Amino acid sequence: MYIIIIGGGRVGYYLGKALLDEGHEILIIEKNAAFCNIITEEMGSVCICGDGCEAATLEEVGTGRADMLVAVTGDDEDNLVACQVAKYKFKVPRTIARIRNPQNEHIFKTLGIDVTVSATNIILEVIEKEVPTHPLTHLLTLSDKDMEIVEVRIPPKAVTIGKSIKDLSIPAGSKLALIIPKDHNPHLPTPRTILREGDQIVVLTTPETEKNLRTALTGI
Amino acid sequence: MKVLIMGCGRVGAQLAGLLDAESYKVTVLDISASSFRRLEPTFGGTALVGNGIDEEMLRRAGIEETDIFVALTQGDNRNVMAAQIAKHIFKVPRVICRIYDPLRQELYDTLGLEAFSPTTIFAQLVKEKIES
Repeated sequence: MYIIIIGGGRVGYYLGKALLDEGHEILIIEKNAAFCNIITEEMGSVCICGDGCEAATLEEVGTGRADMLVAVTGDDEDNLVACQVAKYKFKVPRTIARIRNPQNEHIFKTLGIDVTVSATNIILEVIEKEVPTHPLTHLLTLSDKDMEIVEVRIPPKAVTIGKSIKDLSIPAGSKLALIIPKDHNPHLPTPRTILREGDQIVVLTTPETEKNLRTALTGI
Repeated sequence: MKVLIMGCGRVGAQLAGLLDAESYKVTVLDISASSFRRLEPTFGGTALVGNGIDEEMLRRAGIEETDIFVALTQGDNRNVMAAQIAKHIFKVPRVICRIYDPLRQELYDTLGLEAFSPTTIFAQLVKEKIES
């Protein structure tokens, strides 16, 4: 694949190296000439000095035939514009933007950026997974369908322990997919399945009903 | 009519003064408090320190009740992002955006943003002066 990377800072540098090792054709656009020289010295002629938000620069590097553009500068607004110019002017099929402010995630989605990556959110997700007391963990986001797969763990002393699923008010948009009990084999939930302490329940749900789902399953 | 101006540089401050004098309700937002020295002493609107590409800050600046949003910072991309947030997230009825780079201005114009490029306008103006 031909992948264009906007921003040759630390993220762009290591990303470029990794993608080169995987056999992709890459090109890094970086404003700072000193950074460009370091990249060119270490990786060969895969870097040009310029503004990745400028249509003229993107034209020059053949953005029209790029399979993907990844914008990883330190400024959210620059990443947004680079991706939009690539997508709307050069019809690049996939655009990925790094974001610093996690609140910008939904703004970027609304404005047509395919994928956003936020270090803050990634670290938050890891914390969620590492802290076992947190009853709801995000496993996967299906962004095109506005749904997500989450895991709910039934905490000790939850008011729902001993109740069957049909007696719980599971929100309409949520589908229970799998129950992984603490010391039995995983099984598919039925209306008569009874919740036990430590059960891990995998659920397909929407971001809006997430809170109601947690309350229905754990009482918290 | 409520107007929210982002960026209190020479143009932003002057526009704020002009609109304030004509009984618009003006709020000016700038990332640095020292920019507000450019406002005339008679300015009767609100001056707020904050980042115009932060959704929360825009909300605090009253963007939800704003009729006209104008993006006039030094950064083209900053203006583009703020203008798009105003238009697509907050549905502000009229959004105007300054983009110095003529190519970027053209692109965002075709994407439905009311964008103008001082570069193009001024070059044209000077050319007309020369020819007249």
